[in-house]
Parts: sequence; structure tokens; C-alpha cells
Amino acid sequence: MSQVTLSINGQTHTVDVPSDMPLLWALRDTLNLTGTKYGCGIGVCGTCTVLINGTPMRSCTMPAISMAGAEITTIEGLDPTGNHPVQKAWKEVDVPQCGYCNSGQILVASALLQQNPSPDDQDIDAAMAGVLCRCGTYSRIRKAVKRAAKYAAQEGGAS
Amino acid sequence: MNISENQKSMDRRSFLKVSILASGALVIGVGCERLAPANAMEQHTWKPNLYVRINTDGTVTIVSKNPEAGQGVKTALPMVVAECLNVDWQNVSVEQAPLDDRYGRQVLGGSRATPDGWDDLRIAGTGARYLLTAAAAKEWGVPTADCMAEKGSVIHKASGRSRRYESLLAVAATLPAPDVWDLKLKSRPEDFELLGTSVPGVDNHKIITGQALFGCDTRLEGMLYAIYQKCPVYGGKVRKANVDQVRTLPGVTHAFVVEGGSDLTGLLPGVAIVAKTWWAAQSARKQLRVDWDTSHSDSTADYDRQAEALRKEAGESLRTDGDVESAFDSAWKVVAASYYYPFVSHANMEPQNCTALFHESGQLELWVPSQNPKAGRQLISATMDIPEDRIHVNMTRIGGGFGRRLRNDYMVEAAWIARETRQPVQLQWSREDDMRHDFYRPAAWHHFTAGIDQNGKMTAFDHHFITFGSNGETASGAGLSPDHYPAGLVRNFRLRQSIIETNVPTGPWRSPGHSAYCWAYQSFFDEVALAAEKDQLEFRLDLLAKSYGKPPLDLERTRATLKLAAEKAGWRRRELGANRGMGMGFHFAHNGYVSHVAEVAANGSNITVEKVYAAADVGPIINLSGARNQVEGAVTDALSTAQLEITFANGAAAQSNFSDYRLLRIDQAPEIECHFIQSDNSPTGLGEPPIAAATPAITNAIFAATGTRIRELPFSRSGISV
Repeated sequence: MSQVTLSINGQTHTVDVPSDMPLLWALRDTLNLTGTKYGCGIGVCGTCTVLINGTPMRSCTMPAISMAGAEITTIEGLDPTGNHPVQKAWKEVDVPQCGYCNSGQILVASALLQQNPSPDDQDIDAAMAGVLCRCGTYSRIRKAVKRAAKYAAQEGGAS
Repeated sequence: MNISENQKSMDRRSFLKVSILASGALVIGVGCERLAPANAMEQHTWKPNLYVRINTDGTVTIVSKNPEAGQGVKTALPMVVAECLNVDWQNVSVEQAPLDDRYGRQVLGGSRATPDGWDDLRIAGTGARYLLTAAAAKEWGVPTADCMAEKGSVIHKASGRSRRYESLLAVAATLPAPDVWDLKLKSRPEDFELLGTSVPGVDNHKIITGQALFGCDTRLEGMLYAIYQKCPVYGGKVRKANVDQVRTLPGVTHAFVVEGGSDLTGLLPGVAIVAKTWWAAQSARKQLRVDWDTSHSDSTADYDRQAEALRKEAGESLRTDGDVESAFDSAWKVVAASYYYPFVSHANMEPQNCTALFHESGQLELWVPSQNPKAGRQLISATMDIPEDRIHVNMTRIGGGFGRRLRNDYMVEAAWIARETRQPVQLQWSREDDMRHDFYRPAAWHHFTAGIDQNGKMTAFDHHFITFGSNGETASGAGLSPDHYPAGLVRNFRLRQSIIETNVPTGPWRSPGHSAYCWAYQSFFDEVALAAEKDQLEFRLDLLAKSYGKPPLDLERTRATLKLAAEKAGWRRRELGANRGMGMGFHFAHNGYVSHVAEVAANGSNITVEKVYAAADVGPIINLSGARNQVEGAVTDALSTAQLEITFANGAAAQSNFSDYRLLRIDQAPEIECHFIQSDNSPTGLGEPPIAAATPAITNAIFAATGTRIRELPFSRSGISV
């Protein structure tokens, strides 16, 4: 077991975990932050995506102990009130079917908008292709990301 | 009274019951009573189905009794109550019911929640509205007929008086419940205000903020985590396992062999490893050594050989109309083609899991994402000898169903492990467990021959269906109804069946059967239409013009969806240009009629499915957003699944994760345009009907664009990629 201090959603947590335990399981089983979901365990489906210093990373293959000093954002920390532009758009466009992959989708979309405030369909497809949606809500994801871009622009304009 | 036909024809009728809670809330229950009791003892046995609660703060709580896996019932069905009760949707909250016999059928399957609930939901809402209106009328001393309900209030127009529902609850509770037959139920789109609009899912906020909702999100005090290793060859028994060594590994609290049984849908033999975290249990699995006892060695290559041999046999005759052979002899043209589709997996995003707590009292409590939790309770009761009334099942949100979770193997495994450990435990299957131990949609071969007369009309149809089963019976999800079209649409018709014995677990997969064989039928129709020198649309409309005997589907409703999809796509009206093509397909399943037209562009053998035009008739639409979501998802699922296969070697599945079972990603997803014909029928569910015809619409479009006829799935077998 190794001790590591993790900075998650602006709070620090010191945990004892096996040295090979992926961040995903430290979040889910050690810290009870169950918003981050297990999908494949091999870094392929993107369901477990979290933001590491703002960059989307797959938490199922990164050892938790390697994350010391990093700013980790999970779905619980994006905006707990659900008012992040991507969250608002997601709700309104009614993207979720089962909803299981949505934590990963939303975090990737929020990172995309940080990089590219007005993505077109191709930009969206390129950025979002890393996260599988078994229910097939892809056309709504495109729509929601575009709406979120509008909300983000409006917020940016207001501030 | 305008209760739908399905209720009128049954020996039951619905009744309302009204009660008041200590909190002052009014509860309206809808249940059914047998009209003609089979014996005196059964008289007046009231079986409830549904409850609606009007609270003293004016909010309305509607219990959602069915499992929710993304098909949208948790939002759509309460909308029906709100519509009939005339309350603002903003004032409605939805509570997920646990498994409880008081709620009647609690199953996600067959697209049935909507048609089954349609009458009771409307009766509950309308009955409550009548009752509250009567209560206001009584308070005011005016005739009920002069009062009306609007947005949570009763209004007496003549005097301008109005009362909120919440101020009428106590009076309403003293009045007799309205007779169901006196209720005038809203049933058509023109009656609706809320229904037919787009309402976002009631769990959306929890989903987007990452709150615990799913089975695997369950967390109990002192909970342990388990994995369950089964033999990769289905039903293999444990001869020997190094559980003593595994028990000493870091974090592991328990490791033991479970003897299990031989029923592939029940508790199979295996080894349980329980640990303080799931990662510890999963890591310990790498050190597990099991000597399995198994004799099965099913393989895809062997199935192929058997199918080729069976093809030469006549097969068992399932249906014969007219004289197919004579019709072939006198036909202008005879066309033959063979189609094959492979086994596929459900691949739910949330791998199977169940959380169980075995109380000292002998009570068992479970938290499970199951499509049929009652069957799971029965399975546990029978396997572990625990009376069903001592098993309490909490129904969590489900991370994808598609039929996989009609089986409850993970439930009985979790229950067994919890009884052994006497500590709360969450069984979480790995992705590999999930893909290797699915109940796959079975593969099949379809050998078709059709005869055409000089008018281009199909006069004879012979079909040799080679499927899977055991002991001469078709396996779960592997059967084909002898009454399925084109039976009844062709004068001379013959259906023959041969069965390959298998030890592979199979089961229902989204629109079972239909989602597979519709592709074969509708692809072959394309070939027949070409031979007949007919336009695809015209050929299909002709086929649906007349039936011989009982029609296998409603011809007019089917034709209407075909025409609408073709019209919206601009079929034959639009110049597509080189290397582009359109294709179509129609289908009827689960009381829903859906046709699709797909438009594709080809760059060599690489295909882009640009757009799919869907036209569906499932009666009135309840939640427009949810309805479109189901159609969009089903079309995407069809395109995804047409590129996938599960193969077997040495008795086990060869694929185990999304790296070798590659679901469609967003950059391959088409645009989808949905159109609904809100016909004068009771509504039915949309989880299943839209998937079947999407696959052939796409492959027929690929033929139109490239000249490559896809007769084998996945696409890669025909050299096509998307």
C-alpha cells in the first residue's frame, strides 16, 4: 500500500491505496465518488474520463499514486449545481438515454470548449470519438456541445 | 368511456381506490378486479398497479414502477398521469418503486410498459381530477358539471371561484371513488397539452452532476467488493481452485468455490473472491488457478460446417401455403440468395452487478439494475431456499438493458456471496466477464428462393431457416414465427427450419429475432425487386397491397410508414450523384410500425452513412424527446451492430472487451430524422420497433451506392467498412 495525497475537485484527500490501483477505483471505492464510471478497464471506452489539470484522461489505467500534485476534476466537481454550460445544454437537449457514459462525455466536451470555443461537427466528432455511447445518443451530443458553446460564449460576454 | 380495446376484451376492469395519509396527502390507487371470478374465493380481489399521491403542498408524486434503462418510461409514463390530472409538470416528482407485488408487472421488455400502463395511468390521473372537481363542487354547493380543472386548481367559471387541489384533499377523501366507466379519458393528440411535447428526462440532473443512481453506485456501510470467476466454457464445473492461496492476497477477505448448477441462466459453478476494494478482488483474480471440468468445445468454424451440411437437407416444415414448387416451375423468374448474421453481444455500458446484504434475521436485501427483478427474486428463492417474502429488491437505474438484464445470473451470484460473507457485498463483473458471459443474440442462416411472375409480382417464397437450439427446440431468441411476413403476403409460401445444437447461452436482444432477420428479409426483397425490374418502394407497396388469409401485419399502417419515409428522403425525386445511394426497409414488431430510408456515400469500400429518415407509427407520442431518442438510438445501434460479431473457439467467446468488440463511435454516427404518424391507435413502446428495418435500409443503400450486396454480417465479411 502507498499513501498519496490527491487534489480532487478542489479538496485534498490522503488515501492508502495499492501502488497499481487505478485512479478510477480510488475514486469509486476509497473515496465513494461514484460519478466516475467503470466501462472497460483498458482505456478504450472513455466512460471513466476525468480531467487532469484540465486535460481529459482515462482514470481506469492511470495509477492513483501517479496523480499526486495534479488537479483532478470529476463530474461531481464540474459544477455541483449543474449549471456548467455543457451540463445545462446536456439537460435541455435531453442527451441521456441510460446516462452511464455521460460523466465521461460531459468532461471531454467541457475540455473541448476550453480549447475550441466554437467547434463544428468535425471538431466535435474528433474530440468526442474517445467516448463510447452504447445507447447511440451521438447526434444529440453534437447538438448539445454546440448549444454549450453558445452558453459559454454568452457567459464569457457577460463577465 | 374510451378505455382502449385491450382492456375491454379482458375479463378484468380497473378500479380506483382513494385513501388519505396521516400527512394529509391523498393517494389514488388504480388496480384491477376480475369481472368474472373463476371461483367465489376470488371475488373482489383487487390487485393494484399504480399509485399517485397529491401532497398538501400541491406537488404530485407519481410512483414509477418499471425498471429504467434509458428507454424513458420513468419520464414518459408519469407525463400521462400529469396530463390527465391537469397539473403543471414542474409540480410533479417521480419516485422509483422497489420491487413490490402491489405494482403488478415490473418488467422492462417487449416495449410493453407504455401499452400496459396507458389505461391505468390515464384512469389514475383522470379519476383524481374528477374526484377533486367533485370535492370543489361540493364545497361550493354547485353542480360538478359547472366546474373544471386547470393547472392544479378547480375553477367555477360562473362565480369566478377557484380552489387549489391541495385545499380539497380532505373533502375528496370523503367522496366515493369515481366509477372507471364514467371517466372520459384523453386519447388523441388533439386532446393533449403535455403529451406530444419534449420533456427532458427526470433523472437528467442527477446524471449530469454525477449523483449515485446506477446499480454499481450503491454504497453500504462496511461493504465489500466481489468478483465471480466462471468457466469460460459455459457451465464448466470447478474441479479444484487455489482459494486458500488467494485468500492470503492483499485486501482479500474471502475466497471460495461455489458449486452452482447446470442451468445457464442460474447460478453457475465458479469461484468468488471478496475484498475491501474491487481492485483488490480483481488483482487477486490474476493469481487464481482453477482446474475446470468441461467437455464442450463449440466453435464458430464448426457451426459453419454444420450449417453448410444442414443446408442440403429439407429441414422441418413450419408452414406451407399453396404449392411453392409448382409456382417456381411456372414463374417468369426465380431468384435465390442466402444470408448470414453472427452472434452479437448486448455490451451494456454498465457491466452486470448487484449489491446484496444478508441480514442476521435471514432477510435478504438487494440493489440491482435488472430488467426483470421479480424473476431474479424467484431465481434466488429457488436456488437458495429463501422465501420470496424475505427478499427485498431495490430497483436502481440501469446502465443499458437491450434484453441482457432480463436474465438475473449476477443477482443470484451476489445473493449467494452475501450469504457466505454475512457482510454487505457488491458483485461487480469486469468488462471481460460481461462480454464472455452474455446471453448472445443467436446467429442464423436464411436461404431464400422467390418466384416472380411477368408483372413483377412475387408469387412464391421458400425459406430455409438454420438456427440454434438444444434437444430439437430453438434456443432463447432463436425462434421464428411461422406467421411472420412474408407469410400471408405471398400466395405460395414455405418455411423450413433446421437447428444446430449449441451450448452457448442465448437470449433476447433488443427486438428479439426481428432485429436480426428483418435485415435478411428486406435485403432479399431488394434482390427480388431488382429481378422483377421494379422500383424498391413500388415493389414493397405491391407486396403490402394484399394478404392471403390473416394479414401478418396491418398493411395500411406499414404502407403509410414506407411512403412517409420515402417522401421525406426524396426517394427517386432527388439526384444523388455518383457513388451515393439510398435503401429502404419496413418492419412491424412489438405493435410498432417503422420504415427507414438510408442515404450513404461511398469512397471505394469505405461507406459514410450520412442520413437515415425514419417514419414510425406507434400511435400517439407521449414524450416527443424520448420518442426521438429511441429512434435515433435504435438506428445508431443497428449501424453499430452490423459491424460486430462474437465468435466462439473451444467453447468460449473469443471477444472480451471494446478493443475487439468495437462499438460505433460518434465520428461514424449518421444524422437521423424522425417522423411520427400519430395514428388512431393506443400508443406502444419505442425501445424496440425502430431497430429492425434500419439495418437493411443501410445495406440496401450500400448496394445502391457500390453494387456490393451485403449477404453476410458483419460488414467486414463483405469488405465494407464504415
